[in-house]
Amino acid sequence: MNQLNVNIKLKQHQHHGDENSFDVIKNLHFEQQSDQFICLVGPSGCGKTTLLNIIGGLDNNYEGDIQIDEQIGTPNASFVFQTPRLLPWCNVLENIQLANETDISPDTIEQLLLELGLKNSLNSYPHHLSLGMQRRVALARAFSVNSDLLLMDEPFVSLDQPTARKARQLLLTLWQTQPKTLIFVTHDIEEAIQLADRILFLSDSPSTIIDDIAINTPRSERTSEHINSFRNELRTEHQHLAHLL
Amino acid sequence: MPRSSFINSTLSLGLLLLIWQVTASIAASPVLPSPVLVFTTLIDAINSGELPHHLGITLFRLAISFFLAMLLGIAIGLALGRHKQTNLFFDSWLIILLNIPALVTIILCYIWFGLIETAAIFAVVVNKLPNVIVTIREGARNLDEELIEMSVAYRFGKWKTIRHVIMPQLYPYIMASARTGLALIWKIVLVVELLGRSDGMGYQIHLFFQLFDITSILAYTVSFIFVIQLIETTILNPLDKQSQRWK
Repeated sequence: MNQLNVNIKLKQHQHHGDENSFDVIKNLHFEQQSDQFICLVGPSGCGKTTLLNIIGGLDNNYEGDIQIDEQIGTPNASFVFQTPRLLPWCNVLENIQLANETDISPDTIEQLLLELGLKNSLNSYPHHLSLGMQRRVALARAFSVNSDLLLMDEPFVSLDQPTARKARQLLLTLWQTQPKTLIFVTHDIEEAIQLADRILFLSDSPSTIIDDIAINTPRSERTSEHINSFRNELRTEHQHLAHLL
Repeated sequence: MPRSSFINSTLSLGLLLLIWQVTASIAASPVLPSPVLVFTTLIDAINSGELPHHLGITLFRLAISFFLAMLLGIAIGLALGRHKQTNLFFDSWLIILLNIPALVTIILCYIWFGLIETAAIFAVVVNKLPNVIVTIREGARNLDEELIEMSVAYRFGKWKTIRHVIMPQLYPYIMASARTGLALIWKIVLVVELLGRSDGMGYQIHLFFQLFDITSILAYTVSFIFVIQLIETTILNPLDKQSQRWK
């Protein structure tokens, strides 16, 4: 069980050399069930990355608390960042091994890379891989770690459409074989509708949750027509979200 | 080494020797001996065991002070580069250390600690240390914050982060300060030996100066130019290549 409770009363950003601070996040609460896939959608600059950093324990300078299974503390999270953030001087295998605290057998990694279509890249350095492949390595790294929570910050941004589609499909396959409590930040509503169990919409900063929409359609039935009609439905029924759709 | 660059450096060194030879024969003076004479003196000094003895002692001092200065310099430089407050506080110390003339630190070390080996090595380290600190601090300021954040997110821990995330990024800065450091330490070790030791290259050169033996001074100089070349090609260059593998 990895049930997550996020309760942030206030997060401020201090400008360098400036007494003024401004509120990035204010009164943001949500609960997430174990192994639920949540997408966070919000305008750019609303503090989505800051929110992920708080949830993942990279940023402790805020008022409020994060609970996992009703215990206050830092969840054991793994990250997929906006850029792959692989160590350029380590090959794919070493990059994944380094992220693991306990020794992970090369066979397990090989199996994971096979599922992601990277079986020939085990000994390649990141420089020799395309951006799409580097992002898949970052995905493999996140799934190789034994974590309670997976946090993804626009992991497929700046990929071309077919590559991004393939990457999303791979993510779903991986997530269905190794279910994890997952938070996925995106600004692409179609991506969110395709992937999520539930979409949280954030306001401009100071950001808070302005809507919480569950998607009950099985993922296999989420064709592009279905995604479009779902989006149109949202548009008519939730007018205050129009700028995010 | 590619063939063309080998031929290049041979030709270039050959030209230098030729200029030396021609100038020496035109001048025909005991203050500028010809290269042939210098090389025979060099061979004699090696055969008598005198040169290897003094060169060995100098190399020993060089190695100890080099590694001490590099280790301390990397640790302090990294700390200053990563912590703004500490850096602001100690910046003036660093400027003072950088600007004290080498001769002053050497003499002070001998006066305070006596004419002993420790004082000699300490004096060399104090002279080299601020340069290493400044170079490494620059590198530490330019570390990739995204990779550091990644190492925090994946709970790398202190040593794993230093070894796999920070050191590879500092490597070019470490190599740069190792190269300039070696050159600087050579020069300082010789002065230290000249002022307060009774062995080593510096002591010998001082002796030859008093005897006005220019041929031996040049022979000793040639011998350590040779040693520096050897260190460059057998240690530094392979290290460079090894670390650039991933590029």
